[in-house]
Amino acid sequence: MFSYCSDPSTLDGLTWLSCYLTTGKHMGLYVSVVTVLVLLAVTAPVALLFGFAGAASARSRIAPLRWFGKAYTAIVRGVPDIAFFLFFVIALDQGFEWIRHKILCSDWDQPIRQGSDFVVCDAAKLPLSSSPQWVHETYGFLLAVLTFAIVFGAFAANVLFGAMRAVPRAQMETAEAYGMSHRQAFWRIMVPQMWVYALPGLSNLWMVLIKATPLLFLLGVEDIVYWARELGGTKNARFTDYPHGDWRMWYFLALLVFYLAFTKVSEIVLDKIMKKLTHGQATAAGEAQRKAAA
Amino acid sequence: MSCWDTIADYGLRSIGIGERLLPTENFTLCQQFTLIGSGMLWNIYFGVLALLAGFFFAVALAVGKASQSRLIRKPAEWFIFVFRGSPLFIQFFFAYFLFLSLKQVIPFFSPLTSAWLGALVVLFFNTAAYSAEIFHGALQSIPKGDLEAADAYGMSGWSRFRRITFPTMLRLAWPAYTNEAIFLFHATTLVFFSGFPAWRQKGDALYYANYFADKTFNPFIPYPILAGYFILLTLCIVGLYGLANRHLNRHLPSNARRPIKLRPTLLR
Repeated sequence: MFSYCSDPSTLDGLTWLSCYLTTGKHMGLYVSVVTVLVLLAVTAPVALLFGFAGAASARSRIAPLRWFGKAYTAIVRGVPDIAFFLFFVIALDQGFEWIRHKILCSDWDQPIRQGSDFVVCDAAKLPLSSSPQWVHETYGFLLAVLTFAIVFGAFAANVLFGAMRAVPRAQMETAEAYGMSHRQAFWRIMVPQMWVYALPGLSNLWMVLIKATPLLFLLGVEDIVYWARELGGTKNARFTDYPHGDWRMWYFLALLVFYLAFTKVSEIVLDKIMKKLTHGQATAAGEAQRKAAA
Repeated sequence: MSCWDTIADYGLRSIGIGERLLPTENFTLCQQFTLIGSGMLWNIYFGVLALLAGFFFAVALAVGKASQSRLIRKPAEWFIFVFRGSPLFIQFFFAYFLFLSLKQVIPFFSPLTSAWLGALVVLFFNTAAYSAEIFHGALQSIPKGDLEAADAYGMSGWSRFRRITFPTMLRLAWPAYTNEAIFLFHATTLVFFSGFPAWRQKGDALYYANYFADKTFNPFIPYPILAGYFILLTLCIVGLYGLANRHLNRHLPSNARRPIKLRPTLLR
């Protein structure tokens, strides 16, 4: 990176460290930090959307839709979430390939599951075996995002379902008295009011989502955990210009501090948002704010 | 080979009793049920011991966090923040490599690098921090009248804590503590995915479920089996904690009792 880095064996102290921390492999680590942030930025809105759909369908008057919604909100209660992560990644991959297989290769006559193998025709493979490396990586990342969104959508559905029930019944009755249909009352009265009730749950969910990002490692994405293990391991002088012992402990300490800082910052920001939202609300917190100001 | 033979071979495989070689082909449903169930022994071991030990530490931490003295309050607050603010997954990794380094300096620490002790220590600290936060919240919401009544009876210090503060705190915290227990058991599935080696393939339920999913490339059988086991475990916990909840609230009229409500937003 820097000009003085050409011969690392002559360096020591901080200059050595500055060179060491800017090697190509460390750049991979920094890119993976960005990956985590991208994952958070993409997953949060998608999961919220899934959650909204789940909560809305759990309130539906159509029985099958309601059962689906209830089942979706219930799945996260009894089963370890990491089992879902491991399950959905394979299940989604196979599901996509199976659909493509049905469409693209209708003349295929062999069974798809042959013993311990899952066989689809070449054209249905995802991504195609001829595609470049970055397509494979992006596909893996997208699968991870979808998995995260499904699991966290279930959490969000729980929160939003509770928030919808917390909207005072009298508000909905008033809407009915004004002659609004169910759909109108839902969109015009319930949805705008439910966010205040949902925010504590959703901010909790955001914290949980931050803390779930290291699980990307289990989904086969080259994330920060992967790089910390890779970079921290003992480096022999024969293979690298920067030999060192087993530093994995320090790398994971750095990750620990990174997550703690991230959590703290989120906490402060969410507190600010909550203060803004409760301003002027007819809740205990809003009342306390009013009294403090007066 | 009948299913009974399989159970005899693999029923205690996760703790090293029975057949050494895991099945490698022609997997039967019975094998998957038996091995994953055998792995549950580890989940129960981790969960029960961490909860039991963590309970006492959590009470101490909660009292510490509510203390007037800065010297006691600050360490308790930091401990709780560090363990609640960082992912358990990273905590496992960090602890494992920390123990590895310790082992090289002092051989006395070598048991800590194996899962049965090292992971247990991490889970113990982790559940203590989460429970302490719950207990601290309960300490803050003890009715003022109860404490004033204790004062009026001339109780103070230890006798007030033992007879008024502690039982009331426990009663108020119990529904949330039930959730904590459930999610601690779920968190035990992370152990063998986070550095701690599964020595001689003695792993927990998720380890075996993942083994089958990898070998058969079919996630639709082992993971639902695992889910079934965990739902059963969750029901058992809810039942046991419900009994304790009834005991804690036995002096209250039935309409003033707080039922246990399952709230799922507690992944670590």
